[in-house]
Amino acid sequence: MSLVTTDLPPENLTPETPIHTLSVLVNNKPGVLMRICQVFARRGYNIDSLVVSEGRNKEFARMTIGVSGDPDGLDQIILQVNKLVDAIHCFEHNSDESVVKELLLIKFLVQKTERTEALQIIDHYGGKTVDLTPTSMIAMINGGSSKIDAALAMFSQFEIVETVRTGKVVMARSDTPT
Amino acid sequence: MSTQEMDGAQALIKTLDSLGVEYIFGYSGGAAIPIFDALVTVKTNIEFVLARHEQGCCHMADGYARATGKPAVVLVTSGPGAGNTITGIMTAQMDSVPMIILCGQQVTWMLGKDAFQEADTFGITMPIVKHNYLVKDTNDIPRVAREAHHIATSGRPGPVLIDLPKDITQGPFSGDMDPELDLPGYQPEKSYSVDAHGIDEALQLIHKAQRPLILAGHGAMISGADAELKELAETLQCPVTSTLLGKGVFPEEHPLSVGMLGMHGTAYANKAVCACDVLINIGSRFDDRIIGQADQFCKNAKTIHIDIDASEMDKMIQTDVKIIADAKTALKEINKRISGLPTEPWLAKIETWKKKYPLSYRKQGGLRMQQVIDEMYQIAGGDAIVTTDVGQHQMWAAQFYKTNASWKWISSGGAGTMGFGFPAAIGAQFACPDQTVISISGDGGFQMTLFELSTVALHKLPVKIVVLNNHYLGMVRQWQELFFDGRESGVDLEGNPDFCKLAAAYGIPSFNIKRPADVRKQLEKAFAIKDGPVLIHAECIKSDNVFPMIPAGAALEDMLTEPPKHKMAKPTGST
Repeated sequence: MSLVTTDLPPENLTPETPIHTLSVLVNNKPGVLMRICQVFARRGYNIDSLVVSEGRNKEFARMTIGVSGDPDGLDQIILQVNKLVDAIHCFEHNSDESVVKELLLIKFLVQKTERTEALQIIDHYGGKTVDLTPTSMIAMINGGSSKIDAALAMFSQFEIVETVRTGKVVMARSDTPT
Repeated sequence: MSTQEMDGAQALIKTLDSLGVEYIFGYSGGAAIPIFDALVTVKTNIEFVLARHEQGCCHMADGYARATGKPAVVLVTSGPGAGNTITGIMTAQMDSVPMIILCGQQVTWMLGKDAFQEADTFGITMPIVKHNYLVKDTNDIPRVAREAHHIATSGRPGPVLIDLPKDITQGPFSGDMDPELDLPGYQPEKSYSVDAHGIDEALQLIHKAQRPLILAGHGAMISGADAELKELAETLQCPVTSTLLGKGVFPEEHPLSVGMLGMHGTAYANKAVCACDVLINIGSRFDDRIIGQADQFCKNAKTIHIDIDASEMDKMIQTDVKIIADAKTALKEINKRISGLPTEPWLAKIETWKKKYPLSYRKQGGLRMQQVIDEMYQIAGGDAIVTTDVGQHQMWAAQFYKTNASWKWISSGGAGTMGFGFPAAIGAQFACPDQTVISISGDGGFQMTLFELSTVALHKLPVKIVVLNNHYLGMVRQWQELFFDGRESGVDLEGNPDFCKLAAAYGIPSFNIKRPADVRKQLEKAFAIKDGPVLIHAECIKSDNVFPMIPAGAALEDMLTEPPKHKMAKPTGST
C-alpha cells in the first residue's frame, strides 16, 4: 500500500497555465535551437523544459519542449515552428497517445538514522541510489512528471542540497513514429 | 577556368550567374574582398552596382525584386556592413520579397573573439530572414547558394542571408558545382496541390453569397494570379478591394475595383468589408492595418482565406474556410465551378458609396500632396512604376495613384520603412530601363537615403524623384493633432536643405513647384527628361491630414471620413 498516489499530481502542484509537450524533429546543425527558441520567445511562451538529442540518423536532432502559455495561440506557434526551413516537423503530444517520461537526480543530506527511510522512499518510486556518503545521498528516479513531483514532495522531509530534472522526453505509443 | 583553380568566391559568383542573377547591389569592405575580386576574375552576365550605403543596396535589390518578381543579390562586408543591412532585410521579410544577401565575415578561427569588424551576423539576422547560413566549408558554397536562391524564391518568398568567412571564400574549391539541395524540412511544392475539401467548402459559401467581396493581397500578385482573379471577379460580378501591397493585381480602374481597404483605405472599400456576406481573401495576411479591431472585422460575413503560408491561418482572424495553397492554383480550381451571382443590388449599393464618399482634395489654400500625385497619375498613367516612402504621402499615393497592373506599385508595407522609396526606385529602374519610374517621398524619408543621388546620377537612371515637402513628419504630426491634443513633439523638420540645390550638387536637374496652378506645367517639363534623373520638389502646405482614417484598433465601422469634431481617445490597438 503506497503512501502517496503517483497517478495524479497533488492539487497544490497543478500549474496554473498548462504545460504543453511538443516534439520537434530538426536538422542537426548549429543555430537550430536558437531558431526554435526565437519563435516561442517572440510570442511570449516560456520554455519550461527542453531536451535535445541526436537522432538515430545523425543528420537530425529530436527536441522535446515543454512550454507554458496561452493554449489558444499554441496551434499557430506550432505552424510557425513547422515553417522553419530547419524544422522537419513539430507536433504537440498528449498523454493518451504518447509516453512522456523524465528523470530526477536529487542530492540530500541524510544521517545514518534516517538512511533506511530514505532508501524506502527511493525503493517505493522505483529509484536507485547513485551516490552515497556517510552524510549524503544522490537518488535517481524516473517516470512521469506527476510521479517525480510526488517523489520530490516526499524527499522534502530531508535537507535537499540540489535537484536536477531532465525535462520531459516523449515518444508516440504503438508503431507510429514520433 | 578549371575547378581546381577556383577559389570559393569564384565558385560563388559562377553559381549566382548560373542561377540567372542579373544584378548585385553592393558595398565593399575587407572581409568581402575575395568576393569582389571574383566579380572581376569570373566572366559573368552579372552587373555590379556600387551603392553608397548598405541599406541602399538592400532597398535597391528589393525594388528590383518587386518590379520583376525575381531576386537580386546584396553583397556587403562583415560587421558594420552587415549591420547596415538589417532594416533592408527586415523590410523584405515583412513584405515577402525574395532577396539573397551575401555578407563577408572574419576568418572562421576568429569568430566569436571580437576580431576587427566581426559581428554575429548569423545570429543577429536570424529573426528577420526566411533562412540564413554561416558557411564553414568552401565546398558547400554552390549548394548553399542554390538552396538560398530556391528558398528565397519559392513558397512564400523572403530574404536569405549567407555569411561567408574570408578564409572560406578565398580557400581552394574542389567540390561539386551542381550539387543536390539538402532541404528535408522545406517542401513548398506541397502548395501546388490543393485540398479538394477546402475548395468545396469555399464554393458552397460563394454560391450562396449575395454580397461577396474579394480581398486581393500581395500573395495573389506573387503567385501570378492576375488573370484568375479577374476571371473570378468578373464571373461572379464581385467587387475587389486590395491591400497596400496588392495594388495592381486587379486593375484599380476596373469598374469592380473599390481600391485599397484599411486604415487609410477608401470609405467604400471599408464599407464593403463591413457589409459583405462572404469575404474571399486571396493572399493577404489580414494585417492589423486592414482589419482594425479584430473581433469586429467582417463579423457578419463568412470568410475564406487562401494563403500559401499555413502559419497565417487563424493568426489574426478566425476564418470559416482555409485553403493552404498557391493562390493561382487554388483560383484555377475555384474558377472551374463558378457562375454569375445576383450581385446587382450589392454593386448598386457600392456605387452609391463611391458617389457619396469619393476621394477628393482641395486645390485652394495652398499646394497639397494629393494634387501633385493625382496630376502625376494623369500624366504617367496607371502603368508607370511608382515607389513610395512611408507616411502621409504614401497613403495619398495609394489613394490617388491608381495601379493597373502587378509589379508597378512598390511600397514598404509591413515594415513601414522610411528611406525605402528612393533606392527602391533605383532598383526598379535597373530592372525596367524602358519604363517610367516615379519615386515619391516626403522630406523626412527622402533625407534618410538621399546619398543614393550619387548612384542614380552616375548610372543616368531616368527616375522621377519626387519630394513632397511639408517640413514635417506629417503622419506622426497628424496623430499628435488627433489623439494627443495637438502637442507636437519631434516632428518639425526645421533645417531642411534646399533640395533643388542639393540635386544640382549631384548634377541632377530639378523643378520646384510652389502653387497649385504650377503643378501640371512643372510636372510635364520634368517628365519630358528621359536621359537621366530629375528631381521634382513640391512645397506643400505644412498641416494636412489623411482621410479616411480608422484609428488603430478601432473597428472599420468607426472610420473617420473627415476631421473629427470632438476630442479623440488615444488609440488602443496596434501602433
